[in-house]
Parts: sequence; structure tokens; C-alpha cells
Amino acid sequence: MLWSRLDLVARSLTPMAITLLLAVISVLPMQIPSFGAVSPVLSLMAVYYWSIFRPDLMPSVAVFGAGLFQDILSGTPLGAFALVFLLVRLTVVSRRRFFIGNSFVVMWWGFMLVAVGSQALVWEITSLLSMTLISPSGVAFQVFLTLSLFPCFAWLFFRAQQAFLRQS
Amino acid sequence: MFKSRANSVLRLTTPFKVLVQRFTFLALVGTALGLMVVGRADVRFVEQARIAAVDAVAPILDALSRPAATISQTVDRVQGLIALDRENTLLKQQNNRLKRWRNVALQLETENRELQKLLNFVPSSALSFISARVISDSGGAFARSMLINSGSRDGIREGQIAVTGDGLVGRVGGVGQRSSRILLITDINSRIPVVTETSQSRAILAGDNSDRPQLAHLSSVARVSVGERIVTSGHGGAFPPGLPVGQVISVAEGDIRIQPFVDMSRMEYVRAVEFGLDGFLPMARGSGGGEVKP
Repeated sequence: MLWSRLDLVARSLTPMAITLLLAVISVLPMQIPSFGAVSPVLSLMAVYYWSIFRPDLMPSVAVFGAGLFQDILSGTPLGAFALVFLLVRLTVVSRRRFFIGNSFVVMWWGFMLVAVGSQALVWEITSLLSMTLISPSGVAFQVFLTLSLFPCFAWLFFRAQQAFLRQS
Repeated sequence: MFKSRANSVLRLTTPFKVLVQRFTFLALVGTALGLMVVGRADVRFVEQARIAAVDAVAPILDALSRPAATISQTVDRVQGLIALDRENTLLKQQNNRLKRWRNVALQLETENRELQKLLNFVPSSALSFISARVISDSGGAFARSMLINSGSRDGIREGQIAVTGDGLVGRVGGVGQRSSRILLITDINSRIPVVTETSQSRAILAGDNSDRPQLAHLSSVARVSVGERIVTSGHGGAFPPGLPVGQVISVAEGDIRIQPFVDMSRMEYVRAVEFGLDGFLPMARGSGGGEVKP
């Protein structure tokens, strides 16, 4: 009984664990020229995906924690990604039925809006807090890279969902 | 198991539950906004909290950053094997050139020693350095900093200067027990007093998160030309004078860009050098804070 309970808890931590892991991976030095400046925001993909499919396992507190972790690792102003992830969750959860009922392309298109919106917001916050205009081209490329990689990661999330959270 | 859970969740979804959820959400949004304000007001406190959190995950970053470095090294080695012959010729030419420079340097060293003796010159204090592995890249377009796997227990101290063999990288911003954050010269909060090597015009090297920081507050714009080397001027006391920084890559109307000598994206190790400088630049205090007028 205890074992199955533990198993259940461990399984239900999957979305959060994946999100944190992706935040770590996104700051690893890849030794690719100029990659650091445009490395995709992997944790945003996870927040988006799990907010659609398992918002019960990705509560506001978890989303806030993931954002704060992203801020701590990547050096953005503390609270910037925390705020943005919260807003992403708020936006997506209310429309999750629409995304679940439609094809993947619709979900990808939704992610485009979310990615553009959230990166624009982080850009504004960072520029405002540092009182300097950050060059938008790097941010644009970062959004582009995040968008293009989304299908791969969505597939991985889907497999993880199948493997660990199938009972639902 | 999940089904019963879903049912219980449904049963609990009373107006009260919704109210609690809304309150939690608003409280979290408020916390996030509050953190930004505190982060702006008390930079040092937030940086210490941040680096303390990084300390906890530093071993994970350290372990995960090794495979990426290994793959990169292997690729480099294979590329090196392919270009071996051509490289050999180039290196021989370079070696000849460097031998000549060595002779010049030796001559100058002797001359310098003699002149210093004549002037009773007191040499600047001996420096010590700590080499450390880079365990995190700057994460994205919003900040240019990196984490290294050494901290206060290894002798890293806030304000030390990070360099590689090529030139200036940045300075140590936050120090944890076993990890530290290096604020790169390309970061939006970085302001470094520099001087152009030939025309001796003073300026401030201002990062803007792009790969090529801007040369601002230049004392004489007209004399700067593309290709000119930029070194630290030592004003403000945070950086020692004469550290190579980069070279002028473009001169446009009011916008002079510098290509740093160090390729920040290919760095695996950095040296944190203790120059014994007390001049503390209150870094990351917005654009105005770290600025020293030339």
C-alpha cells in the first residue's frame, strides 16, 4: 500500500521533474558558437505542455518554482520567468479543452503565441529593470529556436506521459 | 488510482476551493513582482541568495557539462586531424614569427628592468589566480553570465577578474561555497573603463547582451578606427590597466562595436585572477551603478 502510494507520488512528480531538468539542460555550456545567447527556453515548453495535459500535476506553486529556478540559473531578474510562467499557465489552462480536442498543429500554433508573448514580456521586464534596451534580434532568434524544437520535446513529453502517467 | 483522485478533486471544487486557488495565484504573482523590486533595490542580497541556490545544483551542472565538453573536444580533434597538414605549415610560419617576437620581448624586458632600476619603480603587487571549469552558459538572450565550479572554499572572491589566455572575460559577481557567477563583459550590467591602445582615447565598454559590446562615452570619436585594440584603462580601480579586451569591429555614427578577444561560447576553463584591487564596482546596479565616467 505504502509502495503504491510512493509510486503514485513519484509518477505525479514527473511533469515538475522534467521541467526542472530542462531548465538545467538549457544552461549547460554546449560549446557551440553564440549558442548561449539564443539557447531555447526548454522549460517553457514543459510548462505549456503540462498545463494543457496535466494542470493538476502542474499547480501554480510548481509553475512559480520552475520559473524561479529558471531565473536563478539563467541570471534573469529574479521573478521574471516566475511571473511569465504563471501567466502562461493562466492563459493555457482555461483553453486546454480546445487544445486537447484539436490536432498537434493547433497546439504548436498556440505555443507560438505563448512563446512570442512570454519572451516579449521577459524582454520588457529585463530591459525595464536594467534601464537599457536589450537587442531584440537575439530574443527573436531564441523564440524561433524554441518554436522549431517544440515538436521534438512535445513528443518526448507525450512519451513520458504514456510511460509514467498512463492510468489517467 | 488516478480516477479516484480526479473524483475527489471534482468534489472539492467548491467555490471555496476556487477562491483559495485564485488567492494562491495572486499571491504568487505578487511575490514574483516583489522579487523583481527587491532585486532592483538590493542587488547584493539577491545575488547572494541566488548563488546559494546555485550551490545546491552546482554538482549536477558540473557533471552534466562534462559530456558536452567531451563531445566538443572530440569534434575538434577530428577536425584537427583533417586539417593537420595545413595547420602544420601555418604553425611553422607562426612559430618563426613568434621567435622573432620573443627576441624582441626579451630585449624589451631587459631594457624595462634597467629603466625601472633607474627610476626606483615599485612593481605592482604579485597576482594569484584560480582556474575553474565553466559549468553553465549564459542562459538565453536576457543575461550574459556564466557559472564556474569554484567558490569561496577555493579562494574565489567577489571582484576578482576572470580572464583566459586571450583576454578579459568579466568579473566575479556572486560567490557561493562551491560555485560562482561570472558577469561577462557582454552583459547588460557590465561597464568597464577602457582605453584604445593606439589613439589612447578613454571610453566605457558597455555590454548590451549582444556578442559585441558598445564603446560608449568615448573621449574622442574621430580617432578610433576599425581593428584598433581595446585594453582596460584601470580607472575606477576595479580592473587593472592593460588587460586586452577586444578590437574595434565597426565604427558607425555614435555606435562603435567591439569584438571581444575571448570567444565566450567556446570557453571551458577560466582563470579568476586576484589583482589585489579593492576598487569595488557595485556591479549589476542597473546602468548607472557600475559606471565610471572616463
